[in-house]
Amino acid sequence: MDLALFYFLLLGFSIFMYVLLDGFDLGIGILYPWFDQDGERDHLMRSISHVWDGNETWLVFGGVMLFAAFPAAYAAITTVFYLPIMLMLFALIFRGVAFEYRFKSDTSRPYWDFAFSAGSAIAAFCQGMLLGSLVQGIPAGSHSLSSLHWLTPFSVLTGFAVMAGYALLAACYLYMKSRGQIQQHAAKLGKYLLMTTLFAMVAVSLWTVISQPAIRDRWFTDNHFLLLSPLPILTFLAALFAWRGLHNHQHESRPFWCAAIIFLLSFAGLVVGLFPYLIPGQLTFMAAASPDSSLYFLLPGVCIFIPLICLYTLWGYRVFSGKVEDYQEGY
Amino acid sequence: MDLDVALLSRLQFAFTVSFHIIFPSITIGLATLIAIWEGLWLKTHNPYYLQLAKFWIKPFAITFGMGVVSGIVLSYEFGTNFSRFSEMTGAVLGPLMAYEVLTAFFMEAGFLGVMLFGWQRVGRKLHFFATTVVMVGTWFSAFWIIVANSWMQTPAGYIIVDGHFEVASWMEVIFNPSMPYRLMHMLMASLITATFVVAGISAYYLLKKQHIPFARKGLSMCMWFALVLTPLQAWVGDMHGLNVKEHQPTKLAAIEGIWPAEENNVPLLLFAMPNMATESNDYEIAIPNLGSLLLTHSWDGALQGLKAVPAADRPNVPLVFWSFRVMVGIGFGMICIALLALALRRKERLFESKPLLALVTLFTPSGVIAVLAGWYVVEVGRQPWIVYNLVRTADIVSPLPAERVLFTLIMFVLIYTSLLGVYLYFMRKLIKKGPPTMNALEEQLIGMDAPGYALAWVKNLNQQERGAK
Ligand code: HDD
Ligand code: HEM
Ligand code: HEM
Repeated sequence: MDLALFYFLLLGFSIFMYVLLDGFDLGIGILYPWFDQDGERDHLMRSISHVWDGNETWLVFGGVMLFAAFPAAYAAITTVFYLPIMLMLFALIFRGVAFEYRFKSDTSRPYWDFAFSAGSAIAAFCQGMLLGSLVQGIPAGSHSLSSLHWLTPFSVLTGFAVMAGYALLAACYLYMKSRGQIQQHAAKLGKYLLMTTLFAMVAVSLWTVISQPAIRDRWFTDNHFLLLSPLPILTFLAALFAWRGLHNHQHESRPFWCAAIIFLLSFAGLVVGLFPYLIPGQLTFMAAASPDSSLYFLLPGVCIFIPLICLYTLWGYRVFSGKVEDYQEGY
Repeated sequence: MDLDVALLSRLQFAFTVSFHIIFPSITIGLATLIAIWEGLWLKTHNPYYLQLAKFWIKPFAITFGMGVVSGIVLSYEFGTNFSRFSEMTGAVLGPLMAYEVLTAFFMEAGFLGVMLFGWQRVGRKLHFFATTVVMVGTWFSAFWIIVANSWMQTPAGYIIVDGHFEVASWMEVIFNPSMPYRLMHMLMASLITATFVVAGISAYYLLKKQHIPFARKGLSMCMWFALVLTPLQAWVGDMHGLNVKEHQPTKLAAIEGIWPAEENNVPLLLFAMPNMATESNDYEIAIPNLGSLLLTHSWDGALQGLKAVPAADRPNVPLVFWSFRVMVGIGFGMICIALLALALRRKERLFESKPLLALVTLFTPSGVIAVLAGWYVVEVGRQPWIVYNLVRTADIVSPLPAERVLFTLIMFVLIYTSLLGVYLYFMRKLIKKGPPTMNALEEQLIGMDAPGYALAWVKNLNQQERGAK
């Protein structure tokens, strides 16, 4: 198989893993204001404090994969989106340290709560904006460095869409990991968020199709739409299942998996629309790829370690499987 | 005033990476110490080892968290601020850093959850395994990033195609000439840093007459470690210096403050103010010929001086010169402390000698300072090159609007200084709280011997409470 294509898919995989895993993790922060002081918030924090670091590592991996396999794209994208990336990093700093300090604080706890929740929300919003403005394409030339081209109505919409999606993942995660009042609350929020997310997805899709001729052609020339129609159809089916799962305590993990499938499908739709571009209309993955000597060197590492990582990550989740318990555990 | 984006980007990178390295240099060593204590506890069942592990895991956790958040920033800064650089060297540095993520970061993060929160969920042996994996992860991480950095210092195994670096031999890239020395020196620096942090806090407890048995154990162990590690570090550092002489003569000239293009009787400078304008040293106090003797192992061995290269190719001499002296000064200070501790131990006065305890307390942050100084020697001494003798730092900076970089730089300074304050505040809080009592440890042990038991116990308790209401 073509090496560059392999790395393109691998990049897609790592971005998807990031979005899924850090998605529910950031989402917990977005949902934070809807839960009461201390007791419930303790519970929310505790449900992810053992996994957030691993989840965020996928962000590092995504960035480094881009750097290693497609240096030209890494250089261009990170520079052009200097401010939103920096803003996201600032936000991630605040939410990251809140995990450590919140449990050790007495008087400063409200500040850490705020840092956690605002940090998570801003990080998610920035990621959505990055996505939206990447889809819209980067204006050519040095002009792109000094303008605020990434701040458009469309990118603001995608920013909110990603926030809603992450919050949905988080609500489903909580539904799975908690019981009693928190669980009921999560189910209720989950339903609102499911509707919001679907609505946002439709809006973003329509807007993209109308404003981006390249993507419109991809979807609607010839019989492409027929071929691609399973994507939207399955998305709605998954949403339906998730909705029903939120009523049914027999299948507490089902909504989470359905939400994950929704994410997978919309991500697939995005890749279909952009392929083979890393920067729409400007840079394909073939043109940006590193020389073979580098791609081959990385190959054994990827083939051995990615499965291994998935295995021990799963083991880590199993060690902490079951509901979150409200007692002081750990170090 | 015109703002210089190159200068701002460099300042920002220097500031953020300096902030980052504070934390790894503590966590790499501390993870190792915690694994040692946990292993000893499993072997000897001496509860003081468990107490040490259980106390230090808390500072470890917050330090680790700070390391993670500040590290993520760095992995993006290569692109945001040095886009030309990442495009040119991506094919070399990218895969190295990808291996770092694959073999180190995921491993650290994957097992950290169990190490911190899994005491009651997995058996003792498995927990020890998790701790060990985290420790090895921090070493691997150091390995790969040092490889990347060393390649920038002493590039090897590359070819240049259309202005981009490509790799001809990965073996040569990885085992580039300065890597083995830098790796050894850095790993030992981390161990020493953590050793002196633990020793310093233990000495502080002893001074305050708190937690005596715990503090004695900690201090005693750490002074043994220091006795072995610090002389070894000086030796490795010396070899590192000889390696610099061979591959980066200009840097060595800056370290030693040598100006003439070639100098046969190099003195050892005890004090000097290198002056880049006059190309000489002010206020020099020197021991004649000792420099030649140390660096070439002969009385009048020749060394290349700064004037051998044009002024534009010289680093900031005073900064390199003084950073080096700070590091070596601290290094010798540490050796003296370790020897003094040995002498007092012989007289069985190690835990009573107030001056020694005060000195060790004073040296708590010395490792971090030495590490920073050491990195300034390496990095500033490399300038104006980013890839030594091949690529100039000034040529690879992203053409961003300067105000934008100024804005983020100010944000970083504000955020990081307040975070450092918060970090120190919480460290102080943990230290004031002291180690867990033996009773508390015993209660936790019940859970550890029967994983799952503690859970059932707590659930039961919760139900009873609810029933009582
Ligand atoms: C010799 C050690 C060393 C050095 C020179 C560096 N780091 Fe580091 N880094 C570590 C040792 C380390 C570590 C021990 O692995 C850390 C520190 C504490 C921690 O949590 O992991 C870490 C964390 C860490 C993380 C977060 C990992 C995670 O998500 O778990 C990133 C992305 C980086 N680093 C990136 C960098 C970059 C781009 C550097 C260079 C410019 C750099 N580090 C220098
Ligand atoms: C962690 C300890 C480190 C410290 C304290 C440190 C410190 C510094 C400092 C002070 C500079 C600025 C030099 C100058 O401009 O005069 C610099 C530059 C640089 N360093 Fe490091 N460094 C460290 C590790 C690394 C590593 C591991 C890498 C790469 C893998 C690296 C890559 C760079 C790059 C790309 C620059 C160029 C930007 C610039 O010149 O400012 N550094 N570093
Ligand atoms: C006591 C004698 C010591 C000597 C002779 C020595 C020598 C050196 C030299 C020559 C370098 C620069 C290498 C280069 O520019 O490429 C260096 C770097 C460094 N030193 Fe030291 N050193 C000593 C002690 C210490 C101590 C005690 C620490 C910390 C606890 C330390 C930490 C570092 C670090 C972190 C670096 C930068 C990274 C590296 O090159 O490994 N050094 N040292």
